[in-house]
Amino acid sequence: MLKELAEYITYNIIHLEKSSPFADALIFFIYDTIKIFLLLSVIIFVVSIIRSYFPPEKTRQILSHKKQFMGNIFAALLGVATPFCSCSAVPLFIGFVEAGIPLGITLSFLIASPMVNEIAVVLLWGLFGWKVTSIYIGTGLFIAITGGFIIGKLKLEKWIEPYVYQIHIGQGQALINKTFRERIQYAKTNTKDILKRIWLFIIIAIGIGGFIHGYVPENFLTQYAGPQNPFAVPVAVALGVPLYASAAGVIPIVYALVEKGLSIGTVLAFMMAVTALSLPEMIILRKVLKVQLLGVFVGILTVAIITVGYLFNIIL
Amino acid sequence: MEIKVLGPGCANCKNMEALVKKAVQELILDVKIDKVSDMQEIMKYTMATPGLVVNGKLKHAGMPLPSIEKVKEIIKEEV
Repeated sequence: MLKELAEYITYNIIHLEKSSPFADALIFFIYDTIKIFLLLSVIIFVVSIIRSYFPPEKTRQILSHKKQFMGNIFAALLGVATPFCSCSAVPLFIGFVEAGIPLGITLSFLIASPMVNEIAVVLLWGLFGWKVTSIYIGTGLFIAITGGFIIGKLKLEKWIEPYVYQIHIGQGQALINKTFRERIQYAKTNTKDILKRIWLFIIIAIGIGGFIHGYVPENFLTQYAGPQNPFAVPVAVALGVPLYASAAGVIPIVYALVEKGLSIGTVLAFMMAVTALSLPEMIILRKVLKVQLLGVFVGILTVAIITVGYLFNIIL
Repeated sequence: MEIKVLGPGCANCKNMEALVKKAVQELILDVKIDKVSDMQEIMKYTMATPGLVVNGKLKHAGMPLPSIEKVKEIIKEEV
């Protein structure tokens, strides 16, 4: 239905010539813009309501009774449900460690949270469909669970910055229980906030995507970034690292490139690098992790993400 | 009256501080706003930054930031 609307606007209102590259690009642009903003509004709203039930204090309380492995699974799932701004990673980390939550479980939480974020999920879903999105969520959670589990087994607590253990926290003050109306209000504000922050990126990115769709020849990238090229995945991961802030803007461009020969495994690896291996995130984590531990953390994530890339290049 | 804005110094924390400053100005109050970036001090109240503490009580924690009307309401309650 949205497709017809986009075609109607392009051919009957703007009167473009049928199937010209510009008309193609414009249809792609109108269709994706409407679809993505609808999806974003609905999903962010729903996710915000769920999140209002999981303030960090509650998540910490749930995780503080969990043992390894089950704890890693819970941590990864709660990482998706608990809202926090990236600069809260430090107080969250300290709070978790102080509450006796093992390092590995804490890191499962901190890997899953940025990786499976609602904006990336909506954009993947809107553009690539639910199959690719479920693979992304599934492998993302898997990496968070096993990555945290392995670091837990390696017993690297000695590489946490010592000051973390010197900070003594009270119970924290739980904020007053929210009524359902307050939750709706919270969800509304959050949705508006996020959309206000990313709408321009997304429109520009969809614009560039539309241009690529209409003008770049089919299979243009197959030779360089297709499943046959073994370097495509590591290069995509390296490119993803500095791109965090623009995660929202990256996906529509990547989507357009898939039509030109970029393979899905490479796309998944790239997306995971953008969200979970970001440079700013690493700089923040360096405040609580010694260089050695940060190195292990980055190493494990990099290997896991590259493996995912190769794996899905082979089977998809 | 004592107002603290908790945050290690990211963009959101700075926005929060500006918001609280504006609210105090608009209410024509003469209150000093403490910007707290010391982790030990922040952790006394919350793990979710940015936070707003009025007279020792945590009034807001985390994202999204409250509206300026909400901030004014919070401050007025404690005046």
